[in-house]
Amino acid sequence: MSEYRIQGATGEWEVVIGLEVHAQVTSNAKLFSGAATAFGAEPNTQVSLVDAAMPGMLPVPNMECIRQAVRTGMAINAQINKWSRFDRKNYFYADLPQGYQISQLYHPIVGEGSIEIQLDDKNPESLKTIGIERIHVEQDAGKLMHDQHPTMSYVDLNRSGVALMEIVSRPDMRSPAEAGAYLSKLRTILRYVGSCDGNMDQGSMRADVNVSVRRVSDKPGGEPFGTRTETKNVNSVRFVMAVVEQEARRQVAVIEDGGTVVQETRLYDPERNETRSMRSKEDAHDYRYFPDPDLLPLELDDAFLEECRASLPELPDAKRHRYETALGLSAYNAGVLTADVETARWFEALLAETAAKAKKPEAEVAKQAANWLISELFGALNKLGKGLDNSPVTPAAGAELLALVTDGTISGSIAKQVLEKMLESGDGAAAIVEREGLKQTSDTGAIEAAIDGILAANADKVEQYKAGKEALFGFFVGQTMKAMQGKANPGVVNELLKKKLA
Amino acid sequence: MTNITDLGIAAIRDGVAKGTFSATEVATAFNAAVEAAQPALNAFIVTTPEKALEAAAKVDADRAAGKPLGTMAGVPIGMKDLFATKGTQTTAASKILEGFKPQYESTVSQKLWDAGAGMLGKLNLDQFAMGSSNETSAFGNVISPWRRPGDTAPLAPGGSSGGSSAAVAARIAPAATGTDTGGSIRQPAAFTGISGIKPTYGRCSRWGVVAFASSLDQAGAMAHDVTDCAIMLEAMAGFDPKDSTSLNLPVPEWTASLNADMRGKKVGIPREYRLEGMDPDVAKSWDDGIAWLKDAGAEIVEISLPHTKYALPTYYIIAPAEASSNLARYDGVRYGLRDLPDGAGLQDMYAATRAAGFGPEVKRRIMIGTYVLSAGFYDAYYTQAQKVRTLIARDFTNAFMDVDVILVPTAPSSAFALGEKSADPLEMYLNDVFSVPASLAGLPAMSVPAGLDRNGLPLGLQVIGKAFDEQGVLNASLALEQRAQFSARPEKWW
Repeated sequence: MSEYRIQGATGEWEVVIGLEVHAQVTSNAKLFSGAATAFGAEPNTQVSLVDAAMPGMLPVPNMECIRQAVRTGMAINAQINKWSRFDRKNYFYADLPQGYQISQLYHPIVGEGSIEIQLDDKNPESLKTIGIERIHVEQDAGKLMHDQHPTMSYVDLNRSGVALMEIVSRPDMRSPAEAGAYLSKLRTILRYVGSCDGNMDQGSMRADVNVSVRRVSDKPGGEPFGTRTETKNVNSVRFVMAVVEQEARRQVAVIEDGGTVVQETRLYDPERNETRSMRSKEDAHDYRYFPDPDLLPLELDDAFLEECRASLPELPDAKRHRYETALGLSAYNAGVLTADVETARWFEALLAETAAKAKKPEAEVAKQAANWLISELFGALNKLGKGLDNSPVTPAAGAELLALVTDGTISGSIAKQVLEKMLESGDGAAAIVEREGLKQTSDTGAIEAAIDGILAANADKVEQYKAGKEALFGFFVGQTMKAMQGKANPGVVNELLKKKLA
Repeated sequence: MTNITDLGIAAIRDGVAKGTFSATEVATAFNAAVEAAQPALNAFIVTTPEKALEAAAKVDADRAAGKPLGTMAGVPIGMKDLFATKGTQTTAASKILEGFKPQYESTVSQKLWDAGAGMLGKLNLDQFAMGSSNETSAFGNVISPWRRPGDTAPLAPGGSSGGSSAAVAARIAPAATGTDTGGSIRQPAAFTGISGIKPTYGRCSRWGVVAFASSLDQAGAMAHDVTDCAIMLEAMAGFDPKDSTSLNLPVPEWTASLNADMRGKKVGIPREYRLEGMDPDVAKSWDDGIAWLKDAGAEIVEISLPHTKYALPTYYIIAPAEASSNLARYDGVRYGLRDLPDGAGLQDMYAATRAAGFGPEVKRRIMIGTYVLSAGFYDAYYTQAQKVRTLIARDFTNAFMDVDVILVPTAPSSAFALGEKSADPLEMYLNDVFSVPASLAGLPAMSVPAGLDRNGLPLGLQVIGKAFDEQGVLNASLALEQRAQFSARPEKWW
C-alpha cells in the first residue's frame, strides 16, 4: 500500500489515479487506409483519399494494426474479444476530416487485464498489480498549424487515420510514483511486444491523467472516490508524476477552501508546472456514438489468435524471473537488464558470445557478463554520452574482453583500461592488449621479487598485520599490483602474499 | 431502320457487335436525344457527350481490331450523380459539392466502363439521394416525360433516381445506374414505366458512391426490361476489397440463367401490404400480378410479415442517423463549398457553409439523425430501431422458409404532380411504405411495369427475393414482364 499522502489543513488526503494511454501502433500503414505513417514527413504527404474523407471513400481495417492490439492485450494477460466492433465518435473539428473518429466504445477488442509494477527494485515486497479495464483501437486526428498564415490555420493530415491503442487503467494507482512506474512498465511491455515504439517525445505515446482525492479513512475500502479531473495529452513519465502531484494538491486546496472539484478536462503547462482548465463537463461534446455502418464487426478466429500468441517474445516479468532463477542474477541486476528490450537483447547477445568463448553454460558466466555490462560498460558509455544503441563496442567485442579476464590474460583493472581504448579506437580487446603490452604476468619469480621489496619497505605494516590487522592485506595487494603496473595475476599475487605473510 | 434510341442494352450491344450500326452512331444518336430533351426534362446535371463518343470510338476500334467486346460494349448510359467520376463534376445534386471533380472513379462506374459502356452524363437526383420526387435537387427538378392525358402539369419522375428513370423512360438513355436506400431505384422505375433492380446489400461496391445511409445504400440497374437489367447488374456487381461490407461471392450468370417458368415456385403475398384505403388501381395491378405468376406456374401463398407497419418509422430513424454522420465531412475545410464570412472562426465557417450548401430536406434529415443519436435519446430511438430492423429481417427469413419470392406493389400510387406532396414531408415519406422493408432487410428487389392506372400513368409491381437470390427475383420479374406486355411510352412533348 502506498503511503503517499497530501497533508491538508484539515487532515490527510489520498490521491486516486487512473491513466488512459494512447499508444501509436507500430505499422507501416494507417488503421483504415493504405497511407504511410512515417514521423516527421512533409505535411499532407501521407494522406490517402480515405484519410482526407473524400466523398464515397470507405474504411477497410488494416489487420496488422489489429494484430498488434491483440498481441498487446495478450502481453498484459487480458481477455481478447473475438468479436468486437467499431463505433463512430461524432464531432466537428478541422483536424478530423470525416467529422467522426472511428473508435470502439461499446465492444473493445481487448477486455480486462493487468500489469505488475515494482516501486523499489531492491524490494520484492513493493510489487503492486494495476488493473487494465480495456484496450481499444481508434484513429488519430490530423494536426492544425496556426503559425503559417496571419489569419488562417493550416491542416496537416499526415497523422489523420493513424492507428492508436487506447489503454485504459483502473483507478488503482495511489501516488505519483505508482503512476510513473505504471507508465514506464507499460512502455517497456509495448516495446518488448513491438506494438508501439514508446517514443513519448514524438507523441507515439501520451497519457490522459485522471486524478481525484479523498480523505484517508480506516473504513474498509476507504471513502468513496472524489470527483475526478482529466488532464489531457501528457507526454512524459516525469510530467505524469508532476500532474498527479499538482492536481492532487490543487484539489485538496479547493475542497479545504470550501469549494468543490469540477469534473473537467485540463491541460498541463510544464513551463509553470501547473494544470489549467480546458473545458468543463457542461460544454462537453455529445459524441453521438453509434456503430460504424461502413464496417462489419471484427471477428477473430482461433488461428489468428494462435499466430498472435506464438509471435509474442519473452516478456519483461518472465525474463526478469528467468534471469534471477536460471541465471542466478541479483534482483537488482535482473531488473536493470530487463527494463528495456534493447538492453535485454544486448545482454543476451553478450551472454551467448561469452558462454561460447568460455565453453561454459550461460548460467556460469551470467554474473560476470551482467556485472561488466552494468558496472563497466554503462558507466563508460555514459561518460561518452552514448547508449547501447550507438555503442562502439558490440556484444561480441565485449565477450572477447571478458574472455581475456576469465583466462587470466588481463586483470579486471586492466580490463577497464582496455575497454576505454576499445571505445576510443573501435579495436578489439586482444589487439589492444597485444599492442599495449597489457598482458598480465603469472611469473612467480617477478611477483615474488616485487612482494619482497614491498614487505621490506613496509615492515611496520607487516608487524601490524601479523598482530591481527588483517585489513592491511588489501594494501599489500594494491602495492604489489602497482609495482607490477597492474599486470600481475591477482590470484598469484594473493597466493604468494598469503604465503609470505604467514 | 428502327430508331437507335428506341433500343435497349441487349439490342444495342448485339447491333454493334454485328455491325448493324457503329458504337459511334449509337453515342451520337443518344447525345442528340439528351441535348434535345435536357431543357424540358432536366434529367442531367452535366452532360458528357465527349465521354460517350470516346468510349464508343474505343469499342469501334476494338471491334475493327477483332478484339473481344465487353457485355455493355457500345452502350452509352446515364450515370446517377451520386457515383464519383474521375475528372467529371460529382455533386449528389447538392450545392455543397458544386464544382467538385473527384480524382477517382467509383468501383461500379469503372466496372461499367470496363464492360464497354460510355457515359452520356451525370444524372440529376434528389439531393444526397434524400427524396422521392427529385424536388430536393439543388439543380432544379427533373420533369417526368409522362403526363396525364390532356394535362400538362409536370409530374414527378420519382426519386431519388429520378434523372435515371426520366432518361430511360424518355429514351434519351438506354439504361442508367441508380442507387436505392429505401426505394430510390424501384419507386422511380414504377413511376416511369421502366424496370429497376436493387440487388442484395453488398452485391455492388459502395466505394466511390457518395454515402447517404451506409447500411442501406445499394447501387442497381435501371433499364427498359428485365433482361437489360440483368446484363447491366452483372457488369456492376462483384466483390470489392475496398468496401468492407461488399459480398465476397462470385457474380452469378444472371442473364444466361434467366427463366420465366415459375412451375414449382411459391410466391408469397403478404397480407400486411394490403393497406386500408389502398388505391384500387394499385390493388388491381397487384391482383393482375398474382394471376400472371399463377399463369406462369407458380403456387400463390398468403404469408404474414407482421412487423411491416414498423418499417417506415424504423427506416426514418436509421437512415437519418447514418446520414447525419456521413454528411459531417461536408464542412468547407477540404473541398466543395466554403462560406467564410468576414472575421469568421471555424464554427462560423461550418455553420455558414452547411447552411448555404445543404437543402431543406437534407438539413431536416441531419437534424432528425442528430436528435436520435443524442445522449438520452439514443436507446429510445436508434437502439430500438435496430431491434425492430432485426425483427423485420426475421419476418422475411421466416417467410422465405415457405416461399421463393414475394410479390407486392412497388409504390402506393402512380406518379404525383410536382408540388403535390412536397409541402408535407410525412406524406412524401409514406410513398416509401412498400419499398422500405426490403431495404431494411438488405434483400434483392425489383420493380417491373405492370400497366397504366386510370390516369394513364404507369404502375409497378415489386418482386422481393431471398438474400443473394437475384436470379429468383429476375426470373419472377421476367414472368410478370412477359404477361404484362407493357408497351406504353410517354408521348414525346419535349
